Amino acid sequence: MHVSVTVNGTRREADVEPRTLLVYFLRETLGLTGTNVGCDTSTCGACTVHVDGQSVKSCTMLAAQADGREVTTIEGMASDGELHPLQRAFHEHHGLQCGYCTPGMIMASDSLIREAGHPLAEEEVRIGLEGNLCRCTGYQNIVKAVVAASQEMHGAPASA
Amino acid sequence: MAQTAERVVGTEVRRKEDPELITGQARYSDDLAAPGMLWMKLVLSPFAHARITSVDVSPALQVPGVVAAFGGRDLAGEWAGPLPTAWPVTDDLKNPPMYPLATDEVRFQGEGVAVVLAESRAAAEDGAEAVVAEYDPLPVVLDMEEALKDGADLVHADLGTNASYTWTLTNGDVDAVFATAPVVVKERYVVQRQIPAAMEPRALLAEYAPAMGEYTLTTSTQIPHIVRVVLAAFVLGIPESKLRVRAPNVGGGFGSKIRVSPEESLALVLARRTGRPVKWTGDRSSDVLTTHHARDQIQEIELAADEDGRIRGYRTRLIANMGAYLLLVGPGVPLLGAFLFCGPYGGEAYHFECTGVFTNTTPTDAYRGAGRPEATYAIERAIDALARRVGRDPVEIRRMNFLPESDGPIPSPGGLTVDSGHYNGTLDKALELVGYEELRAEQRARRERGDAKQIGIGFSTYIEMCGLAPSRVLGSLKYAAGGWDAARIRVLPTGKVTAFVGVSPHGQGHATTFSQILSDDLGIPVDDIEVVHGDTALAPLGMDTYGSRSLSVGGVAVHRAADRIVEKARKIAAHELEVSEDDLEYVRGRFSVKGAPDRARTIPEVAFSAWTAHNLPEGVEPELDASAVYDPENFVYPYGAHICAVEVDTETGQVDVLRYAAVDDVGTIINPQIVDGQVAGGVIQGIAEALFEEAVYDENGDLLTSSLTNYEVPAASDVPSIRIDKTVTPSTTNELGVKGVGETGTIASPPAVINAVVDALSHLGVTEMARPATPERVWRAIQQAKGGAA
Amino acid sequence: MIPAPFEYVRAESVDHAVALLGEHGEDAKLVAGGHSLLPLMRLRLARPSVLVDVDRLDDLAYVREAGDQIEIGATTRMAEVAASEVLATHNPLVAHAAGHVGDPQVRHRGTFGGSVAHGDPASDPPTVLLALDAQMVVRGPAGERTVAARDFFKGLFETDLGPQDVLTAVRVPKLSTGTGWSYQKFHRRAIDWAIVGVAAVVERSNGSVARAAIGLTNMGLMPMRAEGVEAALAGAAAEPGALAAAAGHAPEGTSPPSDTNGSAEYRRELSKVLVRRALEEALAR
Repeated sequence: MHVSVTVNGTRREADVEPRTLLVYFLRETLGLTGTNVGCDTSTCGACTVHVDGQSVKSCTMLAAQADGREVTTIEGMASDGELHPLQRAFHEHHGLQCGYCTPGMIMASDSLIREAGHPLAEEEVRIGLEGNLCRCTGYQNIVKAVVAASQEMHGAPASA
Repeated sequence: MAQTAERVVGTEVRRKEDPELITGQARYSDDLAAPGMLWMKLVLSPFAHARITSVDVSPALQVPGVVAAFGGRDLAGEWAGPLPTAWPVTDDLKNPPMYPLATDEVRFQGEGVAVVLAESRAAAEDGAEAVVAEYDPLPVVLDMEEALKDGADLVHADLGTNASYTWTLTNGDVDAVFATAPVVVKERYVVQRQIPAAMEPRALLAEYAPAMGEYTLTTSTQIPHIVRVVLAAFVLGIPESKLRVRAPNVGGGFGSKIRVSPEESLALVLARRTGRPVKWTGDRSSDVLTTHHARDQIQEIELAADEDGRIRGYRTRLIANMGAYLLLVGPGVPLLGAFLFCGPYGGEAYHFECTGVFTNTTPTDAYRGAGRPEATYAIERAIDALARRVGRDPVEIRRMNFLPESDGPIPSPGGLTVDSGHYNGTLDKALELVGYEELRAEQRARRERGDAKQIGIGFSTYIEMCGLAPSRVLGSLKYAAGGWDAARIRVLPTGKVTAFVGVSPHGQGHATTFSQILSDDLGIPVDDIEVVHGDTALAPLGMDTYGSRSLSVGGVAVHRAADRIVEKARKIAAHELEVSEDDLEYVRGRFSVKGAPDRARTIPEVAFSAWTAHNLPEGVEPELDASAVYDPENFVYPYGAHICAVEVDTETGQVDVLRYAAVDDVGTIINPQIVDGQVAGGVIQGIAEALFEEAVYDENGDLLTSSLTNYEVPAASDVPSIRIDKTVTPSTTNELGVKGVGETGTIASPPAVINAVVDALSHLGVTEMARPATPERVWRAIQQAKGGAA
Repeated sequence: MIPAPFEYVRAESVDHAVALLGEHGEDAKLVAGGHSLLPLMRLRLARPSVLVDVDRLDDLAYVREAGDQIEIGATTRMAEVAASEVLATHNPLVAHAAGHVGDPQVRHRGTFGGSVAHGDPASDPPTVLLALDAQMVVRGPAGERTVAARDFFKGLFETDLGPQDVLTAVRVPKLSTGTGWSYQKFHRRAIDWAIVGVAAVVERSNGSVARAAIGLTNMGLMPMRAEGVEAALAGAAAEPGALAAAAGHAPEGTSPPSDTNGSAEYRRELSKVLVRRALEEALAR
C-alpha cells in the first residue's frame, strides 16, 4: 500500500506492505537508522519517535497509521546545525554510555517536557521516563540531563 | 598548534563519542546494509530437551521471498569443529560439542535447528515459521542439585554425568582451623539466573568476496579479535588472515557479547554459499533465549571465627549452572570469583570448590562482574550472619576483620596479592555520605511505632580483582589465551594523533579516556587525537574488552606507546637543537634545552621532521610512531564500601531503596564523570539483580521470563539516585595507578541491598532473604518469621 | 518481529467499520491505537487476515458531559482521558486510572475504548468501569445498544462485543461530593500491569459508609467486584477496624492467576491489604 509521511519536515512516500511497522519504515525504507529497536513488546522505548508532536513507540504503530501524519525522529532534532537542548544536556551531563537507548530517551523526554509546560523535578522525570529502559547509566545522569534541559526549554535558571 | 597548558587527566572532559550517538548518526550492526543482502532467521527449538525426529525446510522454500533454508544436518559438513570453550578449567572437564545448529538432539529451549535466508526481514520470519521441525521430548534436567545425584536424567547421555568439572583451591590448614574455631557459621545462598539484556540485541552482517576468498564480519561484539581467531581457526577452518571482524558501535555488552556465536558462524558460511551478504538481527524474543544467561549458583559458605568474631578460615562450595553447553569462558566464570570469598578480610585458611553442572537451560557465561558479584554476595551476607551470631554490629565486624591497610601489595587469605587498600577510609566516608546515624534513629522510631513501613540498612565492603589479566596467571588457570593488550600511536605530519588500540568498547568511553592520557603524555589537545578500535584490519592484535581491563591493561599500553613516542622524538629534537638528549627537559609535548627554555621543539614539530625525514639523526627511522604491548604483572584490586537503606512495606513486601551511598577506591581517576557514570550504572544494575531480575523456567524448561515485559529490567521510575564518592589509593600494579571501575557497582551492591532488607525485618525474626527480594518473597519471609503458613 | 501478512482497511465511519467487519468475517480485527493487538501480532500470537483501522475516527475522540454522566468516546487516547478537565471535575477516578496505564508513549497512542474492548483482566480501566457501574455504548449490525459493565466483561479477553460490534463510547456517572475514590495499583515496575489493582468508590454518610463499590484487577479471568467487601461495608462505621474487617473479604470468589510476579496465594493476601488502603484513601478524599 502507498503511504505518505512527513518525516523531519520532508514529505516521504513509499509503497509498503500493510504489516510494515513504522520503525522499519523509518529505518529500512527511509534509511533513518537513528531510531533503534530493543524489544518486541512495546516495553523498552528505544524506538520512540514523535507522531504529530507526541512521543510514541514506533514499533507498535503501522506505517499505514502514520500516513498523512508528521513524524519527527532523532535525526530531526537538531536544527540548522544547532543541537537540541536535550542533545546538549545529554552530552554535558554524561547521560549516555553505549548510546543505544539515547534517541528514544531524547524523544520521550522532549515530549514530556513540552507537555508539562514547566521545568521538571527529578521525580517527574523518573515517572515520565517509565517507558524507556537503559542498561548502562543507571538513569542517574539521564535524569540530571532531562531536568537541566527542561529548565533551559522553559526558561528557568539553570541553578533552579 | 596549541599545546595543552593544563593536565587533562583527572578532569571531566566531555565524551568524544557522544556527537554521533545523540544525533542518531551512529551506526550499530543492525543499521548496516549491503547491496543484495539476504536476511537470516533461525528456527529455534521450543523444547528444552528433545530428540529431533525431522526437519523439513521445503515449506519454507515455498514462502515468497525465501531464497534458501537449511536444517542442521544440511550444514553439518561446514564446520571444522564445534563452537569451542576457551577455558577448560580442569584436565578432566566434560565439554560436549555445541554446533551452530543442532542435528540430532536439542538441549535447551532456543537451540537452533534450522536457518532461513530471504529477501526481506519479514519474509525470513515467514519462512522460519513455515519450517516443520518434529521432536520427541526427552526428560528435562533443571534442578542443579538433582542433576548431580546418582541416577539423575542426563543432559548429555553419552557423558554419563551432568557434572562438567570440579575445581578446587586450598590455602592453609583449613580442616584444622575449622576443627578448632569456637564459632562456625554456615550459610546457603542461591544466586539466581540473570539475563544480561544489553539494550541492543546481538546483530551482524556477514560478507564474502569469492575472488579473494575474504570474509568480513561486522558484529555486535565485545571481542572482535577473539571472534576472529576462534571462528577462523576452530569453527570455519579458514585462514585467519582471510577473516576481518569489525565491531561498529555496540549497544552495551555487560559480558553478553563475549561470544563466538552460532549466528556469526552460520552467516559467514551462508554468505559464502549464496554469494550474497547475510544480515541477522536478534529480536529480543530470541535474544533472551539464545544470548547467554548468567550467575545461577548455589553457594555454601562457612566462616570459622573466634568468639569475638575475628575470622580465621573460609570454606566455600559452589554449584554453578553451565546450562546445556560450555560457552567461550563459561566454565571459568566461577574461577574469577574463586579467590574472593574472603572479601577484604583476613584469616589463615581458605578453601574453595566449584562444580559446574549441565542443565537443559540456556548456557551461561560472563555477566558484569562475572564470578565476583557471586563471591561478594556470599561473603557479605555471611559476615552479617557472623555478626548476628557473635552479637556484633555489621560495621564493627567488618572493621575488625579488614586486611591490614597498605599502600603496597599484601597477601590475602584467598591467595591474591592485593595491590593497595585503605578499607576503613571508604567505610568512614560511606557512613557519613549515607547519613548513618540519622537512618538508625529513624529505624528505631519506626520500630517503636510499629509502622507498616520499616527501614533497614545494609553494608557491602567489597574488594574485587580485575584488569584481566597477567598472562602467566591465566595460563596457570588453563585459560587458552593471554591477558595482555596493545596500542600503536602514530603522530601524523600535522601533529594530530591516531591511536590504534586492541581493546574494543561498547559504551565505556575509551576514546575520551585514552585521549586524555595521550594528551598529557604528548601535549596534544584531546580533540586532535583519534582512537581507532574494534576492527581487526586496523587495530593491533588485542584481547578486547571485559573484566574491567580496558584502562588498566589497554590504557597502560597506550601510555607506554606514548612513552616510546617521546623517546624517539627526544632523539630528533636533540639532533635538531644540536644538544645531547640529556640536555633536554620534556614537559607535556615540549622539549626544551635546560637553561635555555626558548630553544625548544614540540611533538608536532618533531612529527613533521620525522615525516619529511630530511634531517634525521643517524639510525632513526622516518615517521613518529610507536607500539607497546603490555602484559600486567598482577591484577588490580578496586574496593569500597556501599551502604544501602531500604524501606520495606511489611504488609505487601514491597522494597524501595531510600538511600544508597557508594564510596569506591578505583585508584587514579582519568575522567571523574565517566567513572561516576560507571558506578551509577553498575550499582543500579546490581540493585536490579537484588530486587527485580530473575530468569525463570517452568518445569518443562520453558523460559517464562521471555520478554522485557516480565524479565524485570527496571526503568528510571523504579530505582533511586545514588550518592557517590571516592577515595584514591593508586594501584601499585601499573604506572598509571589505575584500577578498574566497570564492574564495581554490580559486584558491590546486591548484598548491600539484601542485607538491608534483612536488617529492616530483623526485629520480626527474619534472618534469611532469597533474591531477588520480590514483594512476594519478602512477604513470605515475614509470614514465615511470624510462624504463619507461608 | 513482524506480524504475519494481513490486509489493511481504513474505516471512514463507525457504520463503515461495522460493514467492513461484516464483509470480512471472523478473521477481521478492529485496530485503533494498536497497543493491545500489535504486540500480539508481532509475536504472531494473533494473526488476523484483515485489520479494520478505526484509529482516525476522530468523532469518537472526546470526553463530554451527558446529563448526570460523562461520556468518553472510544478512540479517545489514554493520555487525553488522563488529562481531561471534565473528568478531573466529575470523575477523577477514571482519569487517575487512565494515567497509570502503560507509559506516556503508550498513553499517547492507546485508546480508552481499545483497552476496554480488549477485555484484559490485568488492565486498569475495565476494573474502574466495573466499580463505577459504567455503561458501554456498542454499535453493531442491528444498531446501537447499551451494555452495563457487569454484563460486558465475560471472560479472559472476552466481552459482550460480537464479531461485527464496535464499542463507540463509555458512560460513567458523575461522582457526588460525598463520594470518595481510590485506585490502588500494585506492581513491581511502573510500566508493569497490576499484580493486583483495586478500584474503590465509597459514598459517605455521617461517619459511616453508605455504599461502596470495589473492583479488582487481575484477580480472575475478568475484572471482578469484591461483593463480600461491599456487603460488609454497607452501613459500616468508617473506622479502621471495620474497614480492615471488610477488606478481609476481598479474595472471596476470586480465582487469581499465578505468574512470575506473584502466586495466587500472594495475590489473595495482597487484595486484602490493597482493598483496605483503597477504602482508607477513598474515605480521606
